[in-house]
Parts: sequence; structure tokens; C-alpha cells
Amino acid sequence: MFEGVPIHWFLVLSTVMFFIGIYGFLVRKNLITMLMSIELILNSVCINFVAFNKILYPGHLEGMYFTLFIIAVAAAEASVAIAIIINIYRRIVNIDVENMNEMKY
Amino acid sequence: MIDFSYTIWILLIPLIVFVGTGLTGNRFKPNVTGIIGTTGLGINFLLAIITAYKYFFVLDKVGGAFQKVLGFNMTWLHLTDKLHIDIGVLLDPISVMMLIVITTVSFMVHIYSLGYMKGEKGFARFFSILSLFSFSMLGLVIATNIFQMYIFWELVGVSSFLLIGFYYEKDSAVAASKKAFIVTRFADLGFLIGILLLSYNTGTFDFITLTGPNSPAFTSGQGIMFLGMSTMTWSMLFIFMGGAGKSAMFPLHIWLPDAMEGPTPVSALIHAATMVVAGVYLVARMFPIFHHEQSGLEIVAWVGGFTSLFAAVIACTQYDIKRVLAYSTMSQIGMMMLALGVSGYGGEEGLGYMASMFHLFTHAFFKALLFLGAGAIIHSVHSNYMNEMGGLRKYLPITHATFLIACLAIAGIPPFAGFFSKDEILVATFHHNKILFAMAYLVAGMTAFYMFRLYYNVFWGKDQHYHHTPHEAPATMTVPLIVLAIGSTFAGFIPFSKLVTSDGMPFETHTEWGIAIPAVFIALVGIGIATVLYMRKSETSKKISIALGGFYTAAFNKFYIDQVYLFITKKILFNLVSRPIAWFDRHIVDGAMNQIAFVTNVASDKIKGFQSGQLQQYALAFVSGVIGLALLFIYLWTN
Amino acid sequence: MSFLLLFIVIPVLTTIGIFFSKTHMQVKWTAVIGMGCQLILAGTLIYLFLAARAAGNTAEILFSTDMVWYKNLNIHFFIGVDGVSVAMIGLTSIVIFAGIFASWDVTDLPREFFTSLILLAGGVFGFFISLDLFTLFLFYEIAVIPMYLLIGIWGSGPRHYSAMKLTLMLMGGSALIMLGLLGLYFNSAPGGGQLTFNIIQISKVTIPMAAQRFFFPFLFIGFGVLGALFPFHTWSPDGHASAPTAVSMLHAGVLMKLGGYGCYRVAVFLLPGAAHEMAWIFLILTTIGVVYGAFGAIWQKDLKYINAYSSVSHCSLVLFAVLMMNQTAMNGAIMQMISHGIMTALFFALIGMIYGRTHTRYINEMGGLMKVMPFLAVAYVIGGLASLGLPGFSGFVAEMTIFVGSFQHNDVFHRVCTILAVSSIVVTAVYILRVVGILLLGKIKNPEFNHITDGKWFDRISIVVLIIGITAIGMAPLWLSDMINNGLVPVMQRILLAGPVLH
Repeated sequence: MFEGVPIHWFLVLSTVMFFIGIYGFLVRKNLITMLMSIELILNSVCINFVAFNKILYPGHLEGMYFTLFIIAVAAAEASVAIAIIINIYRRIVNIDVENMNEMKY
Repeated sequence: MIDFSYTIWILLIPLIVFVGTGLTGNRFKPNVTGIIGTTGLGINFLLAIITAYKYFFVLDKVGGAFQKVLGFNMTWLHLTDKLHIDIGVLLDPISVMMLIVITTVSFMVHIYSLGYMKGEKGFARFFSILSLFSFSMLGLVIATNIFQMYIFWELVGVSSFLLIGFYYEKDSAVAASKKAFIVTRFADLGFLIGILLLSYNTGTFDFITLTGPNSPAFTSGQGIMFLGMSTMTWSMLFIFMGGAGKSAMFPLHIWLPDAMEGPTPVSALIHAATMVVAGVYLVARMFPIFHHEQSGLEIVAWVGGFTSLFAAVIACTQYDIKRVLAYSTMSQIGMMMLALGVSGYGGEEGLGYMASMFHLFTHAFFKALLFLGAGAIIHSVHSNYMNEMGGLRKYLPITHATFLIACLAIAGIPPFAGFFSKDEILVATFHHNKILFAMAYLVAGMTAFYMFRLYYNVFWGKDQHYHHTPHEAPATMTVPLIVLAIGSTFAGFIPFSKLVTSDGMPFETHTEWGIAIPAVFIALVGIGIATVLYMRKSETSKKISIALGGFYTAAFNKFYIDQVYLFITKKILFNLVSRPIAWFDRHIVDGAMNQIAFVTNVASDKIKGFQSGQLQQYALAFVSGVIGLALLFIYLWTN
Repeated sequence: MSFLLLFIVIPVLTTIGIFFSKTHMQVKWTAVIGMGCQLILAGTLIYLFLAARAAGNTAEILFSTDMVWYKNLNIHFFIGVDGVSVAMIGLTSIVIFAGIFASWDVTDLPREFFTSLILLAGGVFGFFISLDLFTLFLFYEIAVIPMYLLIGIWGSGPRHYSAMKLTLMLMGGSALIMLGLLGLYFNSAPGGGQLTFNIIQISKVTIPMAAQRFFFPFLFIGFGVLGALFPFHTWSPDGHASAPTAVSMLHAGVLMKLGGYGCYRVAVFLLPGAAHEMAWIFLILTTIGVVYGAFGAIWQKDLKYINAYSSVSHCSLVLFAVLMMNQTAMNGAIMQMISHGIMTALFFALIGMIYGRTHTRYINEMGGLMKVMPFLAVAYVIGGLASLGLPGFSGFVAEMTIFVGSFQHNDVFHRVCTILAVSSIVVTAVYILRVVGILLLGKIKNPEFNHITDGKWFDRISIVVLIIGITAIGMAPLWLSDMINNGLVPVMQRILLAGPVLH
């Protein structure tokens, strides 16, 4: 159904998403936002998987499966991450990443 | 052959006494220690007499000459294949003569000290160290090899150090003892270097080999020249430096006057009669080699002559009676060195050698007598300064008589001992070098002058205000004075040229009236001037001293040699060498080590900043790393 | 099994005994008994050794035991003694015995103190009997490490700084030694075959010159750091000044000798070719060290600093003599190690005792102590005279052997160096007499010092033992010198084979 859409479009989209994610991860101080940025990165990868699967190996579904797999893992990971964040919040009443520097030196 | 192996006891007895009394310390009554020490020395004295009798009169001569006899010898330490240090007893005319001198004077001083040191706090210590000194000095003269001599040489130095600093609570005594030790130690450095050079070239320490007719010293070490002199000459000069230090030759003489801080018996024994002539003895011991290295011998003569004159000038200006005697000692030892320096080798050629030993012998008697007399004087008036004395002849008749004999002897008035020996020196010098002769002649006159200046100042003139009436010393002190006075009177009649000669061959001496009469004349002139100036305390002497102006002041201040030394040691060695080194070590060497530690520290401090704990910084580093690597790979890929 | 093993077993047993002791007294007496046994054992060893030699046993190494320890790398536990190591063991046992008595009044954690002290001594004994490079290094480290604790915990003044500096500098030396030892190991079989750490075996092969040149500086400097090689000596003044009495004694007396012994036994003995080539560099350094240490001592005011600089001067003389590489000088080097070991231990013991009474180490704050503590003062004078090389004491014998031996060298450069080194005897006299004059003689400056007491019985034991050591060697040096010479023969043969002494 996307016959006319060239591969570049997907790649540009995923690259943009990826770097937005990186940017967010590096710049935002809120742990939740950082987690969301990581999700963006993951999703940009997923888009790549799907797109390349379609273009390079049209008869196969490995890329699709892998994407599903990533979504599942990401969900688990997000729940673990949020649990950690909640614990951190309970401890220091704050989820600012800059305060989490106890393991320096 | 006669067995001389018992002579080792001459060494062992004082050693045993020293160790025994040293370890028991104050556990005995002080007198016991004193008597033990004196008895030990008395036995030694007898042994020395017996040895001398056997050596000179019983032992057969070979070819008419006295031989060197090895009384005892054992190896003490192996050094190399050829070199080893032995400890033993070497008997030859000079060592036997020295045995007599040392044991006699030491014995007399021991007896004298029993009275002089009575009631002193360190009585036992004093006698203990006196035994140590006797041991070392005897070991020095009977040394069979130059290294044994060096060993005892050092021991003599340390006993001198301990005795000068006997009154260790007195700062001046401590300073004097320190000075004596360090100056002589510096000279000993020369001695040691000389020994090293000598042993390197000849491969032996042994005196018999070294001074024998086929000595390796005559052949080896000649080729290499340094500053125009052969290695062997240098080695002799270095050895002479050691001798000059011990014998207080200019410019290493500065310790001797200060050494008078020690108790007076010590001054008599160590700093007049025995230890200070060790340098003369050393040169005499090595004489064949010195004679072979003629330029070295020439230096010995000039140093001796100069010191002699130099010290005589200073002696004329001093007021401390012990210092006058100290400078007089320097002057007389200078004469001995001079005599050695002008001497030839063998038979009559060796007249100077004989004269030197003769003078050493007689000088020991009258100089010890002078010091012991001075001790008796100081003992009775509690002052060292002749301007605080006067008219003592009434109070101290025995001291006065013996002191006068000693003065006449040292002035060279016949028939006292000094006349004969000094006459031989003048003869020997006259035939060698006229300038040196003039110097020696002048010294003879000055000697008479300053001795009688001393004599008149002390015994004549008006009474001073003494704290209590001076009284004659006890018998323990006067008996040695009398014995030594007898020695000073008759020692001159000993036919020395028949006994002690450079090569052991006896020869005849004839009095050269052309020299003897003027010598007596100048001595009489000296005495005459002293009589005029000092018999009654007059102002003339002061006027003369003012007229002499700067020269007098310089002589009075010992020509500022002390100040020069002080400048060299304090200013240059301490401040310009030692202090910068200490600073350098703390700040540069140690600073470098600290700097290394510091740099490590700082570097680690800087590096640890990377571990900030900020998650996003790590992530940034990670991402930029990945991107960087990706770009690199792409770049490499495309090329 | 050789009875030499006892030299390691006794210290271990003593530390166990100390661990189970209940009171201070028990701790001390256990230490005394242990080290007394060690002293007796050392005496027996000397006797047995001399007897074996007299009986004609000419083996290079006596009483040896060889056990495989780690087969894959051919590491052995190989112990044995020759004349040199017997002499060094004698020294160690005397110093540690005196050291125990000198630290009799340590009240702070005595158990730990004596344990570390004896551990240290055990390491030193092990070092001197080891003939396998690996065990040698092992014992070396055992001896060095307790020093950190001893200075850091029981020291005085800037003790943490000093302990750190000392340990780091010595560890730096160890690193160099380790490299050197590995170099020896991997070159120990140049013709192929089993590599070995065995000193005797390595001494029989010729290591390629390139390797020798490369590894000699590592080994010489590495051991030289401990032997106070200029300019790596600066741990010594600070370390000694901060260390407690017994530690200074052991450190200056014995531990610094590990450096000299290592230079002799490992660097020069195993790499003689390079030693011949490079000796001149180190000769210059050691000559500087001899004169420089002596001059440095003149300006110091702290007694321990004076003695530390004096040690630098004397220990440099040891390395100097080792580098001369002829039998007499080497013999002198070993004797100087023994002589200096006992002498400096005596000094540090006395300084500790004086400090314990006056609570100051600055000489210009003291004076006239001869009057109030004659025993200690006389002992100090004796130590001083021994140090400035007075005949009758060990210092003279050692120094003269070194000087005469060094001066027999055919090379003018070596003889000039010798003359420079000889000149240090005057400087030594200056600083010794300066201290004696200011500290002991004269009048008492501080009225409080009128009440201080002379040495107690334990002080006296410690001092008398050391003085006997000094005078015994000084009066009758022949047996010691011959014993050392005996051990030097194979070493010298190898050194002479490796290259001409005459350049």
C-alpha cells in the first residue's frame, strides 16, 4: 500500500525520531521524559526494521516479528523503569536526573 | 739472637690497664686507679730500659750497624694478596730511643699527676685515658708497618682529643679538643692518601722492606709525574702532611696552642714530649725514601725552618705561660724537622738525622720539665698568666731550680742537654743551606730570649697579690721535676752518634767550635736582653712592643692564622658548601621526589572529574563516541 | 632439610607466641626469647660455618635445601649460605636483639608492634638465606611492607607523610627490581632449556650482553633505592626521623643493607659484564653520595637527620666499594655493611633513649648531657668515634679495606674517586664532633635536664650488645674478613671472567 513511498522517507522519519530521542535523553532532566525519549529511539528503530524488511526481503516477516518483540520488551522495560522511578521518587521526592549522582568518584 | 718477643707486653700492659680501669670506672677509689696506672707504666719503663740495654749493648751488630729487629709480628687483617696489616714490634735505634723517651716521660707524668690531679672529679678517667695514650704512642713507635703506625696514629689523636677535653664542662676546652682532632684528622687524610699512593706503587706496607737498601719505593712510582713531581714524591709529601699535622707544623699548627686547655701533665706528656714529635718520628722512619725523593725532603726542611722561626716570634709576645711553652714546642719541633730536612743518608752524611733524633730526645726531657714546672706554678698561684705572677722563687725553691735548668737547657747553654743537640742541628744546617742556617741561628737566640722572659716574669720581680701564699708542690710533683732536671742536665753527654744514626752505622762527631761558640753567644745575648727587660718589671718592654707596632700586634694575635681557618671553615665550608648541600637535598632532590608525588596527585584529581555521576554526561560521551566511531568507519569504508 | 629453615620458622613462631600473650610483659619476653634464640642460632651458624670450612668443605653454598615450590615456572624454595650471607645474618640477629630491648617502653599496641617488628626481621633473615630470585624478592617485600605500618602507626612527627614516602619510593625500587628479575629469568637459559630463578644456576650461564646492558640499571637502581643511592636517598632522612627507635635501628641497620646485598648478590654478580661497562656512572653517583651525605649532615639540627645523612654517606660507600669490583673492596663493602649496621643501630638506639628523656631531638636545645647520663653519653661518644673510623672499632676496618682495595684499581678514574671518597673521613669527624660537643659536653643548658636519669637495664643491654659487636670486629677483624673473603671467591671469579677490570 506504500508502493509509491520511497525508502528515504522512512529513513528520514526514523532518523529524525532517533535524534529527537537522543536529544531528549541528553537534555531533559525529568526521568519520565527521558524514558519517553528512549521509547522514541526504540520506535525509530522499529520503523527502520519494518521498512527494510519490506524493501529488502518482501516475502519474509523477520523484521515485523522483531519489531513486535521490541515493543514487548519495551513495555516490560518501561514498567521496570517506572517502578525504579517511583522508588527514587519515594526516596528523594524528586525525579530530576541531576540529583542522582551518588555513584561518582 | 736475643728473643725480643716479650716486647709485645710493652703494648699489652697499658692496654690492659686502660680496659680494666675504663670498665671499672669509678667503682674503685680514685687513688687505686691512679696507682694501678702508674705501676703499669713503671713496669713498662723497666721493660723499655731492659730492651734498650739488650738492643744497644748485647745484640750483635751486623757489619758494624744496628739492625732492625722484628720482636713480634702477627697479621691483623688481610687486604689484598700482597697487602696485609700486621701488628708487631719493630726494634731499631730510633724506636728503642722513643721507647725510652715515652716510658720515662709518661712514668714521670703519671707520678706527677697523682699529686697534680688530686681531688679532681675525673681522676680515674684521667688515668685511664693516660694509659690509652701510652698504649697508642708506644704502638706508634714500635710499628712494623706504616699501616700499624696509622692505626696508632689515630688512636693517639683520639686520646689527645679526650685529654684536651678533659674538663668537658668548659666550653673552651671542648672547642680546643674539637679543633685539635679535626685539624689533625685533616692532616691524617693526607697521611692516608700518602699510604694509599705508597702501597699502590710499592705493594707493601712493611717498614723493613720500604726503608731497606732495595726498597721498591726507589724504583717504582717514578715515571708518572704530576705537577713536576713523581708519584713517590707526592706520596711522601702527603705522608709528611700527616706528620706536619701531628707535629704542629705551619700551617697545620693552630691546634697546638689551644690544646693547652687540657690539664698540664697532659700538655707535658702529649703536647710537648711525645705525641707532637710523632711527625718527626714519621719522617725519620721513612727517611730513606724521603732522602731518595730529594725535593720532598727540601720541603720538609723549609717547613720546619719556617715554623721554627714563626713560632719563636709568636712565643716572644704571649703572656699565658703554657702558650709560650706551646709555641716554644712548635719552634723546637721545627728545628727537628729542619735537621731532618737538611740531612743526608748514611754515616756522617746523616748528621742532621742524628741531630734531629738527639734533639728530640733531649727536648723531651727539658720540655716535659718546663711543662711540669709550669704545672707546679699554676698549681700554686691558680693562674696561667705570667703578668699575674712574680717573685715566686722564694716560695717555690725546687720548682725554681729545676725550671732554671730547663731554661738553660732549651736555651742551649753548655753543659746542659740542649746545647749538644742544638749544636749538631746548627752544624748540619750550616753545611746544607746558609739561609736555613741563619733562620735556625736566629731561632736559637729568640728561644733563649723568650724562655728567660718567661723565667724572669714568673720567678723574679715583685710579688703579686696572691689569694693565698704560694706553696711548694707535694713530693709526688717535685720528684718527677728533679728526675727530669737530672735528665735535662746529663742527657747531652750520651754519645748519640754511636747509637742512633740514619743507617745504623755509628760515627764520630766533632764539635765545630766555629758554630758552637757563636750559638752560645747568641743564646747569651738573648738571655741578656731578657734580663735587662724583665728581671725587674720595667716599662721598656712595653715601649719596644709599641715601637714594633703592627708586627707586634700581628705576632700577638698569632698572625691571624686562626681567623683564616675560621673563615675557611665557618664561612666557606659551612656556609658555602654544607648549607647549600643541605638546602639542595631538601629542596631539589627531595623536592623532585615530592614533585613527582604532587604531579601524580594533581593528575588523578583532574581525571576523577570525568566520573561525575551525571547520567546524561555519560550518555553524551557514549553517543558522541558512537557517532564519532560511525563517522570514522564510514570514512574508512568509503576510502 | 637444612636447619637454616629455623631462621624463618623462629620469627613465625615468635609472632604466634606474641599473638597468644596476654600482658605487655609476656609480649616483650616472648619477643626477647624468640630473638635470643635467633641470636644463638646465628652464633651457632657462624661456628658451624667456620668449622665446616676449616674441615675443608669448599662447596660454594653450605647447608642448602632445595624444594620445588611452583613447578610450571620452575620456582624453587632454595636456601643456603656462603660467607657473606652468614656475616649478614649475624648482623641482623644482633640488631634485632638489641632492637627489642630498645623498644622496651613501647606501650601503645605492643602486641601489634612487636609482631610487625619480628615479621620484618623474619623477612630480612629470609632474604639473606634465599638463593632463588623469586623467594628473594618475596622476602624483600615481606621486609619492606611492615615498615609502612611501623612508621605510620608508632612513628612521630609527620609520620603519615614519611611512611608514605618511604614505602612508595621503596615500592618504586621494587618495581624496577621485579622487572630486572624477570629479565634475568627470561634470559636464564640463552641456549634454550628450562628457565630458572636459581641464582647459582644463573651465575653459571652468560647472559647476552644486550640483555645485561638493559637490565643492569633496573636491578642496580632498584636495590640502590634501598641502599641510599644518590639521588634516590631522600626517603631516608624523613623515614628515619619519623620512625620509632627500634624501627630506625632495624631500618638503617639492616634493611638498608638489603639494598647493598642485592646490588652485590644480584646486580653485579649475575650481570657482571654490564656492571663492568656501567660502573662508572654509578661510581660517580656513589662518590657524590659519600661526600654529599657527609656535608649534608653538618648542617642538620635534628639528631635523627644527622644520623640519616651519615647513613647515606656510609651506605653510599658500600655501593661504591661494590662497584670497584675487586676482592678487597668487595670485602670492605660487606664489612662496611656490618659495621655500619651495628653502628647506626647503636646511634638510633641512643637517640631514641635521649629523646625519651629530653623530649627533643634538636641538638641546640640540649647540652652537657655527659654529666647527667654518663653511660648513654659515653656510648654515644663510642658510637661517634666508631662512625668516624677510629681504629679499634669496626668502622676503621671496613673503611680502610674499602679504601685500600679501591685504590688498587688500575684505572686512574677509580683512584680519583677513591681519593674523593677518602676525604669524607674529615667531614665525618667534623659533624660527629660537632654533635658530641654540642649535645654531650659543655654545661647543661636546660635546668630541667638536671633530673633526667641514665640508661635503665634494658637500655644498657641493648647498647652493650651493640658496642660489643663494634669492638669485637674492630679489634680482631681477621676471622670476619677471612669468612667474607671465602664467600667472595666464586663471585670474584665470575666477575673477573666477565670482563677485564683493567679498562
